[in-house]
Amino acid sequence: MITPADLDTLWLTFKVASLATFLMLLIGTPLAWWLARTQSALKGLINALVSLPLVLPPTVIGFYLLISMGPSGFIGKLTHSLGLESLPFTFTGLIIASVIYSMPFVVQPLQAGFTSLGEQPLEAAATLRAGPLDRFFNVVVPLTKPSFLTAAILGFTHTVGEFGVVLMIGGNIPDKTRVVSVQIYNHVEALEYTEAHVLAGCLVLFSFVVLLILYTVLKTQPNLQQIK
Amino acid sequence: MNAITARFELTYGDFTLAVDLQLPNTGVTVLFGASGSGKTTLLRCIAGLQKAPLGYLQINDLLWQDSTQNLFLPTHQRNLGYVFQEANLFPHLTVKENLNFGLKRQRQAHKPTEFKDLLELLGIEHLLKRLPERLSGGERQRVAIARALVLKPDILLMDEPLAALDFKRKQEILPFLTRLHQQLAIPVLYVTHSQQEVAQLADTLVIMEQGRVLATGDVADTLTRLDMPFSKDKEASTVWHVTLIEHETEYHLSRVITTGGVLNLPYIEAPLGTALRIQIYARDVSIALAPPQASSILNILPATILALTPEMPGQCVVQLRIGSDTLLAHITQKSAHLLGLKPDMTVYVQIKGTSLLN
Repeated sequence: MITPADLDTLWLTFKVASLATFLMLLIGTPLAWWLARTQSALKGLINALVSLPLVLPPTVIGFYLLISMGPSGFIGKLTHSLGLESLPFTFTGLIIASVIYSMPFVVQPLQAGFTSLGEQPLEAAATLRAGPLDRFFNVVVPLTKPSFLTAAILGFTHTVGEFGVVLMIGGNIPDKTRVVSVQIYNHVEALEYTEAHVLAGCLVLFSFVVLLILYTVLKTQPNLQQIK
Repeated sequence: MNAITARFELTYGDFTLAVDLQLPNTGVTVLFGASGSGKTTLLRCIAGLQKAPLGYLQINDLLWQDSTQNLFLPTHQRNLGYVFQEANLFPHLTVKENLNFGLKRQRQAHKPTEFKDLLELLGIEHLLKRLPERLSGGERQRVAIARALVLKPDILLMDEPLAALDFKRKQEILPFLTRLHQQLAIPVLYVTHSQQEVAQLADTLVIMEQGRVLATGDVADTLTRLDMPFSKDKEASTVWHVTLIEHETEYHLSRVITTGGVLNLPYIEAPLGTALRIQIYARDVSIALAPPQASSILNILPATILALTPEMPGQCVVQLRIGSDTLLAHITQKSAHLLGLKPDMTVYVQIKGTSLLN
């Protein structure tokens, strides 16, 4: 019923989403921390830039990424001068695009969590001999665990669901950039509705289960409306 | 012994804090003032939670801030204890883990007996396994005090630790604070806007207004200064240090000796020789020119008038010297006029009531 090629796309999607989520948490955590606490005039600008993918059509993001990663784009020139492979239509290129595309879904819940935590627990920790990193890992992280879970889950699921960006930057290369959403499109194009049903069903089930966990087991209340 | 030097200058918005304080390194120093007087800001500057651009802070022989040499020790490197207005316990940790949070980060070892004594002193031994959400407000604050004290700080800073508690909880926690007061060897800086807490706890009093220090000095002296708002307040009172010398069980009375004579108090359950702290409200003190012969009032002492000042219409504050203590009396202006009260006159004060503070 499910073909090996379809299984490959599922596995690739999982790899892309996991790696992208990991990178987004790595970059997004300090970014969200800075945004939640800074008084800097740059805050508005950075907030707007991070949130831009929320409002832009994915094809627009994909288009600009394709241009900038291409041989005459600034990223393309950089990778070329470093002797690296050209990024468009590669797994690495897809990861970079995914990170940019899904970043607001990671940064915003974290930023909201950090903001609502306030100064008080941090000040208490400081008076109890905890330095800045110690305070972050032993007070902030445990107290904002729900925000981290929400950020990871939203980042992961949003990456799984991307289509426009992948099509622009990744194309349709088996085992490299052909993710589930693209494969469903391929099946529909080829009028293979049964196969399309199976994969689409998989995604519906996956997304539903994830949200169910989010709202019931973890009892977090991510306001998707607000994030979007 | 002025072992604490604190000088800060800081401005934000239209508020300016400018203080230059020399404080003793023992006992409780109360920073008193209305909200917005800068007392909490001063405490936060001492803790390093707020950085005053111009500042100098020395605790005993430790220099914590000196802006002239660009020195500012971050809070976590200062050996202090801080108790916040809202206990501010870590909600994800049990009472025991809260207590251990600082200990784990401190190099010096702690004798288990001392730890136990502290838990006992604050009455929290039975709460160790609970999460903060399952504690009452008073219990939370006691845990917060223990959490600060287990670190054996050089100074304990308390920011209105009772303000968030209701009357009943305050009464529950005040005895613990009084006990701490007697047993702590380290200096305590205590921020409050409650006169009752001043009378109960202060050894030294710092009165603040609009970011400045109005007065600083021994609590008994400062409470009776006629140029300070305390003396004019309806709740104006004096704090005396006295010694228990005699029990009169028949009448359920105890006698204490002051620098100016003997006072009768409701029976005090304590051994003779115990040092006590009592409070005498100015409204409970009346003045006579001759010793009253037949009066229901037991406590009559000779006194010398130091100064008189009119306050609200019809009222008059009289400052009196009794032995080496000072006492305030609130009387009507008419009485002052009829008795012809003047500075340096010898009079007799009748004290209608006293309250024991410890």
